[in-house]
Amino acid sequence: MTLEQVAPGVSVVIEKVGGDRPFRRRLMELGMIPGTRVEVLRVAPFGDPLELVARGCNFSIRAAEARQVEVAQVRTERPVPGVALVPGFAKSAP
Amino acid sequence: MSLVGGGGEASLSPAGPTTAPGAASEKALLPTVLLVGNPNVGKTSLFNRLARRNERVGNYPGVTVERRSAELSLPSGRRVLIADVPGAYSLSARSSEEQIALQAVLGWADNPLPALVVVVVDAGQLVRNLYLALQLIELRVPVLIALNMLDEAGDRAPSPVALSQVLGVPCVATNARTGLGAAELLGAIDTRLVTPAHPTLHVNYPGALIRDADTVANALPAGWKSNVERERALALWALSSLDAEDELAGISPELRQRCAQVIAAAGDRDVDREIIESRYQCLEGRLATLGAPQAGQGGRGPSVTERIDRVLLHPAYGFAVFLGIMLVVFQSLFAWADPAMGLIEGAFAGLHALLVEHLPAGFMRDLLTRGLIDGVGNVLVFLPQILLLFLFIGVLEDSGYMARVAYLMDRALRAVGLHGRAFVPMMSGYACAVPAIMATRTMERRRDRLLTMLVVPLMSCSARLPVYTLIIGALFPPSVVFGFVPVQGLLMVSMYLFSTIVALLAAAVLGRTLIRGRSVPLILELPPYRWPGTKSVLTMMWLRARSFLTEAGGVILGFTVLMWLLLSYPKLEVQVSAPGAPLPAGDYVTAQVESQQNEALQLERSFGGRLGKALEPALEPLGFDWKIGVGIVGAFAAREVFVSTMGLVYGLGEVADDELTPLRDRMRAETRADGKPAYTPLVGLSLMVFFALACQCMSTLAVVKRETRSWRWPIFLFGYMTALAWVASFMVYQGGQALGF
Repeated sequence: MTLEQVAPGVSVVIEKVGGDRPFRRRLMELGMIPGTRVEVLRVAPFGDPLELVARGCNFSIRAAEARQVEVAQVRTERPVPGVALVPGFAKSAP
Repeated sequence: MSLVGGGGEASLSPAGPTTAPGAASEKALLPTVLLVGNPNVGKTSLFNRLARRNERVGNYPGVTVERRSAELSLPSGRRVLIADVPGAYSLSARSSEEQIALQAVLGWADNPLPALVVVVVDAGQLVRNLYLALQLIELRVPVLIALNMLDEAGDRAPSPVALSQVLGVPCVATNARTGLGAAELLGAIDTRLVTPAHPTLHVNYPGALIRDADTVANALPAGWKSNVERERALALWALSSLDAEDELAGISPELRQRCAQVIAAAGDRDVDREIIESRYQCLEGRLATLGAPQAGQGGRGPSVTERIDRVLLHPAYGFAVFLGIMLVVFQSLFAWADPAMGLIEGAFAGLHALLVEHLPAGFMRDLLTRGLIDGVGNVLVFLPQILLLFLFIGVLEDSGYMARVAYLMDRALRAVGLHGRAFVPMMSGYACAVPAIMATRTMERRRDRLLTMLVVPLMSCSARLPVYTLIIGALFPPSVVFGFVPVQGLLMVSMYLFSTIVALLAAAVLGRTLIRGRSVPLILELPPYRWPGTKSVLTMMWLRARSFLTEAGGVILGFTVLMWLLLSYPKLEVQVSAPGAPLPAGDYVTAQVESQQNEALQLERSFGGRLGKALEPALEPLGFDWKIGVGIVGAFAAREVFVSTMGLVYGLGEVADDELTPLRDRMRAETRADGKPAYTPLVGLSLMVFFALACQCMSTLAVVKRETRSWRWPIFLFGYMTALAWVASFMVYQGGQALGF
């Protein structure tokens, strides 16, 4: 599954960041490395770009580039804090 | 063409390519402290807090990126120079703009070697922000961390003491918004200048990567040689920055080749991922020991920002709000700035008239009034629009909405190769290209700025309105088509549509040919909404206005003097009775008519008049006679000057914008040598198309010169717009004639 196919409101975990080197490098430098949890928040009015939230920060990337990011569904709904080596973004539990 | 050629040559030599004002000369004087940090972490606010006076705005060497610096006193009385480095998420670079951060922290490329680098980090985005700090630590640069926005981060934020222990670098809590911690920060800077702390933190990279880094380190040029740690860090920088497509300057071919070899030899290993992952693991490991497992996980949750975005980024309401906000910005430039502009124009016209009355006629009086006073007026008249536009831009940027504008408009503007942020400059172009071109600075990439700058002047600005009004009123009857659509209104709307379409097409063409940039992935941070800081907005307004006055003002003033000389010299032999001089005895009206005819004759014989005549063969295929040619020459000062120049050409004296009837009558009555009317509706249409497309505005050229720091782009802008205008008018006129109009 790629990030582009994720429906708004759904959280996923990044498996592999593909695409052009500048995109791949920048996305990973912003902390979206494999293992990081990402949620697609919404899609812009013209259907592109999409808005994501990862590590508590909101980003927007274009659909064409989101297609290069492979993701997997989150297995557990709520990751145990402090266990994962690369803890994904957890929507701040109240 | 010849007009700007002359102006350009005259000013080319002194202006030349500007090199880093100040940057090199500061080198020997004061210790430099740099402020670096990710975008949207309050770095600029912190700079504004610290830099109370003596602020200077220069440029980084070789690039048109602004460099703000200021002198300040530390508690010990020591004076330092503090400089703001453009916001960056990482030191790795692809463009010369991104390269600035590395060059600034290492004191390369004519930058002063910093005594200390203050990394401003958002306490709520700790891991991502510390990524940049970690790169600096790896370079073994003396680092001090300013832990900012602790208030927003709440309980999740670590204490500065704990953070400084795990990272091994000093750390101070600050709040750029309230100014809290500024004194502590200055104290810490003071301490670190006396006893520099050299960081020792190591990142555990995989063995293969370390071997790669060492292979690359052997190829580092002599100037990059340093201690082992820095060399390894530089090698990693080179590995993740250099490839066949980067746009970096001053990289040794040997280093490039070595990086390419190493990357090729790495095969399936993803070197970028290895570097970045190792750094994140190092940071997360360190932060985990703080006992705050969520540190840096942000989790602003369904926060205020998210709730606002649910409305502002909504496909329907979001767009409506967006249009509403943009309408307010546009209206302010178009209408609200008007009273202030009128006041400035009135004041300078009054001063002009006063001096004309009290000084003896002659060259000096004309130089003072028609050259200098009018010139200063021509500069200052832009201030209301510039201040207003930058007030809005400041609020939009600081509040976080500007990033949403880019998000909302990305799809539409990308289709023609423009950045989403080009929307505000493009829209401002309907009011005036001068502030609009200055507004292109909100875009990071030079290519995006340049492309926007080159098409903004095609947007139908308010100075074209008087020209359209004159022509439409004179040559098109106030009739109705399709039963209810007024022809005059339809024409006016068509001119706006026409200009918009041409501007977008020009962007598409220029962006794919001359200013072709590598496609850059859009990764846009949408920062949390924050209240804009009054001080930072006002500071930005003031800096923009000041840089316009000091850097573009001189060129506009020079052009005004040049235009005056062009349209007034050589002087006629006959005595021209000056306005205000005692009139000869007799009929007042006759004397006035005589004086106006003298003025017309004077204009015709001036250099400008001769130029208009010389241009006639080129203008004839467009349907224009030499009189229109003179009007076009005069309109180089500003498009609306066309109206008053035409008034002078026809011996009607000064024509006011709201008193167009005599000029329109005169235009309708004008005939060619063969007795046919000089102005037909077709000529009018051709003329309007010409004015829509030609770069008849010296102030636009002055401000493009200021923004690009070279005469190359303003000359190109003038050239391509004039050529476009000529071709389009030619097609309108010749096509219209062929169709029998």
